[in-house]
Amino acid sequence: MGIGETMKTPLIDLVNISKSYDGQLIIDDLNLSIRENEFVTLLGPSGCGKTTTLRMIGGFEHPDTGKIIFDGQDITSLPAYKRQLNTVFQKYALFPHMTISENIAFGLKIKGKSKTYINDKIKYALNLVNLKGYENRMPDRLSGGQQQRIAIARAIVNEPKVLLLDEPLGALDLKLRQDMQYELIRLKNELGITFIYVTHDQEEALTMSDTIVVMNQGYIQQMGSPETIYNEPENAFVADFIGESNIIGGTMLEDKLVEICGTKFACVDTGFGKNKPVDVVIRPEDVELKPEDTNPLKGVVTHLIFKGVHYEMEVQAGGFEWLVHSTQMFPIGTKVSIYVDPFNIQIMNKPESEDEEAVGIDE
Amino acid sequence: MNKKKWLSTPYLIWMIAFTVIPLLLIGYYGFTTRDGSFTIQNITAIFSPAHSKALLKSLYLSLLCTVVCLLLAYPLALILKNKNVGQGGFVIMIFILPMWMNFLLRTYAWLNLLDDGGIIERIFSLVNIPYQSIIGTDAAIILGMVYNFLPFMILPLFNVLTKMDENVINAASDLGANSFQTFIKIILPLSLPGIVSGITMVFVPSLTTFVISDLLGARKIMLIGNIIEQEFSIADNRHLGSGLSLVLMIFILASMALINRYDKNGEGNAF
Repeated sequence: MGIGETMKTPLIDLVNISKSYDGQLIIDDLNLSIRENEFVTLLGPSGCGKTTTLRMIGGFEHPDTGKIIFDGQDITSLPAYKRQLNTVFQKYALFPHMTISENIAFGLKIKGKSKTYINDKIKYALNLVNLKGYENRMPDRLSGGQQQRIAIARAIVNEPKVLLLDEPLGALDLKLRQDMQYELIRLKNELGITFIYVTHDQEEALTMSDTIVVMNQGYIQQMGSPETIYNEPENAFVADFIGESNIIGGTMLEDKLVEICGTKFACVDTGFGKNKPVDVVIRPEDVELKPEDTNPLKGVVTHLIFKGVHYEMEVQAGGFEWLVHSTQMFPIGTKVSIYVDPFNIQIMNKPESEDEEAVGIDE
Repeated sequence: MNKKKWLSTPYLIWMIAFTVIPLLLIGYYGFTTRDGSFTIQNITAIFSPAHSKALLKSLYLSLLCTVVCLLLAYPLALILKNKNVGQGGFVIMIFILPMWMNFLLRTYAWLNLLDDGGIIERIFSLVNIPYQSIIGTDAAIILGMVYNFLPFMILPLFNVLTKMDENVINAASDLGANSFQTFIKIILPLSLPGIVSGITMVFVPSLTTFVISDLLGARKIMLIGNIIEQEFSIADNRHLGSGLSLVLMIFILASMALINRYDKNGEGNAF
């Protein structure tokens, strides 16, 4: 909220965008501002409209209503080939009948650049993605990760102001994906261009982004820095989608005091009114287990799994199954009490209807 | 191992009985005279004016037919590619539907439509337009060939175009190529395998046809297919017929080799 005003002028502005397929609304009145040099991630489950949004920015889809402003110009009806941005596609989409250097040179040749300029650019790009010496290979001779890096090289030689990436790491295995995440962050910093990244992987989003836009059912659920999205989810959907969490129905008794599971907890939120039903989000790592007699909310450990860095436990307390992550181990059957630091209790308005659950963000 | 070999036996027998033996027979007859002595006269007979004229005519008409089919089928396949699959499949079926009817019947139907006193002339006379039957001309034969063989061009083109990765085409336009550049640099080269198999499947049957030229050519136009057929059926000279068949086969093999070299270039790069 208010992100648009506090920063310098946006590079891309999506204004009241709507789009439907076969009568089904995919994007509903979407507004989104993206600044220069920002790494923005559109995050959400499949079918949330994130890819459609990206494809509309790229020019492969056109909105039914609304405007797309790019660098101060309305590009809503501009075809893809006239837009000053480049896309890295989900399955790389390299030209299978061309060598690696022909692939990379494609955009530059179309623009009529000189041979020496193109050759310099190919060298520079292959160097940048650590694939020197691959000039004359065919795309199918490369691994998935290598193809992906060529797809990025093919896009960035055109010096776009914005690079659009549509789940580019989706087809790679875990280790390669993590390497590529660092690679992308490095590229972004080296090139100083705006990245718009689409993924359904929340970890990927948290790792790479300056700004995360959480989407569901064609609406923006929340937009903010990874820390804000993780620590202060605005609704149950965001809390649930980003990491694991305990989402508990409760009552806001007064400012800074909430009742959950029949127990009063001190918190830091104000302005919800008195005796207001709310949703409370507590991350599993923020639930602290204490000896039984030290806190009012008492419970029993029912499950215990060793996860490497921490133990994952479930605690039955106050009629709710609490998910707990702790480096301290409590065997099954241990009687404990639950303490939560007031700063770690996140209060959210309870949605009164399905519709309200998916509210858009007003600028 | 042995089991697998057993399974291929029926096909092996089939191939020997219906491909290898007939070929050997044609080879035998082609190089012998009626009394069984060796000769190459059945082969060199292609250089006689009547035969070489027929061969050239066949090559000319079948090439023309192939080009017409390609020019008709490619835009159609391109349009259907951009429709959703259900619709595309339906339109394809309409084009293929005539193939469910007998080939002879279809060609006779054209004869009935185009002939003097045929349906088209009667319709024309209703509105007082003079009608000159095209039966017995090259145009009639081309029409019959294109009509009969067009589906063989559409199908491979439609297949190769619909299987093309949409994002590869999007990528070209993303990199600044307009529709024409995208077509020339991406779509056309990637559809080469489809073009090649379409050409093969249209060119070969139209080069060897004798039914179409028989019916729609009104026996005025002799194609190499008609000559071979008449050697077998009317002149009862299977030796000359076989010899000319061998020559025709060489032309087909040569054109296949030529086309496949293009295909190899395309495919070697593409896959």
